[in-house]
Amino acid sequence: MEGLLSLAVKAVFVENLALSFFLGMCTFIAVSKKIGTAIGLGISVMIVQAITVPANNLLLTKLLAPGALAWAGVENVDLTFLGLISYIGVIAALVQILEMVLDKYFPPLYNALGVFLPLITVNCAILGGSLFMVERDYNFAESMTYGVSSGFGWALAITAMAGVREKLKYSDIPDGLQGLGITFITAGLMAMAFMSFSGVKL
Amino acid sequence: MAQTRKEMLVDPLVDNNPITLQVLGICSALAVTSSLQVAMVMAIAVTTVTAFSSMFISMLRNHIPGSIRIIVQMVIIASLVIMVDQVLKAYAFEISKTLSVFVGLIITNCIVMGRAEAFAMKNPPIDSFIDGIGNGAGYGLILLLVGFVRELFGAGSLFGITILPTVNNGGWYVPNGMLLLPPSAFFIIGLFIWAFRTWKPKQVEEREYKIQTVEAH
Repeated sequence: MEGLLSLAVKAVFVENLALSFFLGMCTFIAVSKKIGTAIGLGISVMIVQAITVPANNLLLTKLLAPGALAWAGVENVDLTFLGLISYIGVIAALVQILEMVLDKYFPPLYNALGVFLPLITVNCAILGGSLFMVERDYNFAESMTYGVSSGFGWALAITAMAGVREKLKYSDIPDGLQGLGITFITAGLMAMAFMSFSGVKL
Repeated sequence: MAQTRKEMLVDPLVDNNPITLQVLGICSALAVTSSLQVAMVMAIAVTTVTAFSSMFISMLRNHIPGSIRIIVQMVIIASLVIMVDQVLKAYAFEISKTLSVFVGLIITNCIVMGRAEAFAMKNPPIDSFIDGIGNGAGYGLILLLVGFVRELFGAGSLFGITILPTVNNGGWYVPNGMLLLPPSAFFIIGLFIWAFRTWKPKQVEEREYKIQTVEAH
């Protein structure tokens, strides 16, 4: 239990997907102009991340890993090279299903998140989360925790970024730096702030 | 056709750079630039994937039904990335370890998807191939520039060969360790964008709020 807690804190702050691994940067920069939309996208990322990381973990341990097909009677099969294509397939399919479920049962939520859901399929943070899970050999409970907390960390980062950018648009910035340039430098400063968490030992 | 093939190749380098102007593919651009060698491998990998995926998608463009095109594109891109990944694992295992998940993340690199969607779906295979190379090269250019600055001033070397002998090894150069840390990549790209836009003023974004000078009474 303690291990899971420290994993969660680590995934939110120390190893923040957006600010220390630069994952999901395209959407991070593009959709962080207003706090409202940033929160909407952040929540969707968190939900999708919480579902896809454990799902991909199951896929890995039950189908792809060396010897994982033993339950089907074939023992010496190693399908890990099919990993990438299966993870992205799972992500695309789950996002599609989530969209349909939300549309049917929670229309208000669907209307709020609707536009962001398709975008999430190509968000590197989602695939990145699954790939980190594979690389670090998380078990099912760990991947569940990692999915939720890394999604939360991403949501936190984009919301903070949107807050900064809302104020930033009133400031007097040199012409060439206007827009994208200053956004990058702001993100750099935020990443430095988040780096100070790396001294925290749990 | 509005563009000649040469324009297609050169245009994305500066005038229409995928990173500094189209804001695509930044995700992996930053994390892999702490050394020049890794940045170079990444640039080559992305260029290859972009070029070939554009070509294949363009070949199939008249047979892909509109409603499932994203999935079809994803499958083509993912297969190419798997090939690149396997080649790297076989011939450059050390680099493939350093790149870790970022090779896999080429799948969700917006440049690849973006060019497939915006260009390859409407143009013939050879043009799409050239367009893919151009955009991959534009991406690679930024990657190499950032990698150059970070490795030279952060570690005093280029491609692992010492250029500025560091103090630790009895030289004179005090390396700037911050350049090897992730946040510096943001600053460097921000500054490159500033430089590019000062050079080509028409890329400057319009302000939402202008400062007005009030006349003194």
